Amino acid sequence: MTVFCLVEPDGDAVADASLRALTLGRGLAAGAATGVACVVFGALDPAVAAGLAAYGAADVYVVSGVDGYAPQAWARALAELLPDVGTAQHAVVAAGTERGNEVLAHLGAITGLPMAANCVAAAPADAGALGIVRQRWAGLLLEEAVLDAPAALLTVATDAVAAEPAPEPGPAVVHAVAPSVTDADLVVRALESSAGTGGASLATARVVVGGGRGVGSADGFAPLEELAGLLGGVVGVSRVVTSEGWRPHSMQVGQTGTKITPDVYLACGISGAIQHFAGCAGAKHIIAINTDPSAPMMTRADYAVVGDLHEVLPALIKALRARG
Amino acid sequence: MEILVCVKRVPTVGGVITLTADQRAVDTKTSGFTISPHEECAVEEAVRLVERFGGAVTVVSLGPAAAEEQLRACLALGATAAVLLETADEAETGPIATAAALHTVAASRPFDLVLLGNEASDTGDYQVGIRLAHLLGRPAATGIKAISVSDDGASLAASRIYRGVLETFTLPLPCVVTVKEGINLPRYPSLPGRLRAKRAPVTRTPADGMAAAAGDVLMTRLRVPDAPKQQATVLGHGPDAVPALVSVLAETGVLS
Repeated sequence: MTVFCLVEPDGDAVADASLRALTLGRGLAAGAATGVACVVFGALDPAVAAGLAAYGAADVYVVSGVDGYAPQAWARALAELLPDVGTAQHAVVAAGTERGNEVLAHLGAITGLPMAANCVAAAPADAGALGIVRQRWAGLLLEEAVLDAPAALLTVATDAVAAEPAPEPGPAVVHAVAPSVTDADLVVRALESSAGTGGASLATARVVVGGGRGVGSADGFAPLEELAGLLGGVVGVSRVVTSEGWRPHSMQVGQTGTKITPDVYLACGISGAIQHFAGCAGAKHIIAINTDPSAPMMTRADYAVVGDLHEVLPALIKALRARG
Repeated sequence: MEILVCVKRVPTVGGVITLTADQRAVDTKTSGFTISPHEECAVEEAVRLVERFGGAVTVVSLGPAAAEEQLRACLALGATAAVLLETADEAETGPIATAAALHTVAASRPFDLVLLGNEASDTGDYQVGIRLAHLLGRPAATGIKAISVSDDGASLAASRIYRGVLETFTLPLPCVVTVKEGINLPRYPSLPGRLRAKRAPVTRTPADGMAAAAGDVLMTRLRVPDAPKQQATVLGHGPDAVPALVSVLAETGVLS
């Protein structure tokens, strides 16, 4: 089986979500002679190429002729790569990001093949089909399913599969490809501009200080913002905070907001609705501060502090400043 | 503008999700039903566009007879007409088959804009809107958090944030756009709206047999993920817990 992996760069590195996809793809390609073939659009940064090789890429296809992000054109380029591998069953994996899900949905529509979004596992099953496990309800439920198609199209959940470097990495062979995209493929293309949000992004922050109903008001976020600044992190909020208009929706953590994967999530005054867990379950460590010790956030966290965030946070900030 | 909004009846889940005995569906004996927050925002966006440009909002749902409840909720928010593609039972329809079914309605009239939620909150397939766009031969943008239609109604700018960068797509109309919560704050249904929604006709079309035709992913069973963590370690009460809290933060390596 040849496995193609659509790679999203993050500056001069490979996006964490793509490394997770590459790790799952490597498992699928295990035992095959061909290994994982990564697909990169635009110029290939040498650091990105090295990163891909370290995670087991055997080949890197660098696609030219599509300037910037154009989802349907990216999918067309992937569709053109597929026949090159002959009749053997193959797979295309991508990160379960907005771009990854979007491009593979286009690829599914172009090829008429099924697409499985946000997989957490995939392995060969009977008669050339794949057995997959994928997230539903943003990860609150798992679906076991059979994906039976000549090319398996799947995206990999951004918060469930660990990225692991290849045990015995080799050099990756770089190939230049220029797909024949049509004008129609290029109608929809991204024009990028600064979002004006500033600071670290919620989705990729190492530390997230979360605030919920317990924060009490828009003004109540001052200590959370101060703490996030001290820890080099950002503030995230629960759905009730955006519904109340205390903070914009762009800061919402949860099923219909952002999925976060920080080292530490400090959840302050958040009761922990199931939809909120869907957004923060990928955190390595969860610390909850809440007046109610029986709140779901408190019982499901790794560590809990019983108390009013408006008393605990100022004391924590003071202690961190004293520490230097 | 003639706008079509596609919505899906899904269970309202509270503290936990429980499954039916055969592990093939969410147990809904004690839950209500709703549409996903993304779709509620899609309906609101459509109503706002029609308030500005004139025209009508049609809502369509593929689902069981009971999905009429969700369509009437959309009518109460300001949609003008509703179509139910009625399935015989509560069995799931995969994304390929769903797009094909929705296409029968989307192609039946010259809609200027088709709106969907970015993904259904239950199955989360992330593809029905794009598959529908390909069937219609129209451009698509997904995950959109802001829509701005040009004054002449010929095109729209759709934007979203990607890795901290604002991405804007310009699409000629007609087109398909999937939206996410946050694009607007949906209104509460007014009393006249609710009264009108009660009386408004819902067009029903049988959608039997559509599911069988498509080669979608075949679900074997559902399961609730293993409980990832045991009981939390309580670090203490109030500000007295701060020294222990600092120690934990130091152990995680974020206090460099």
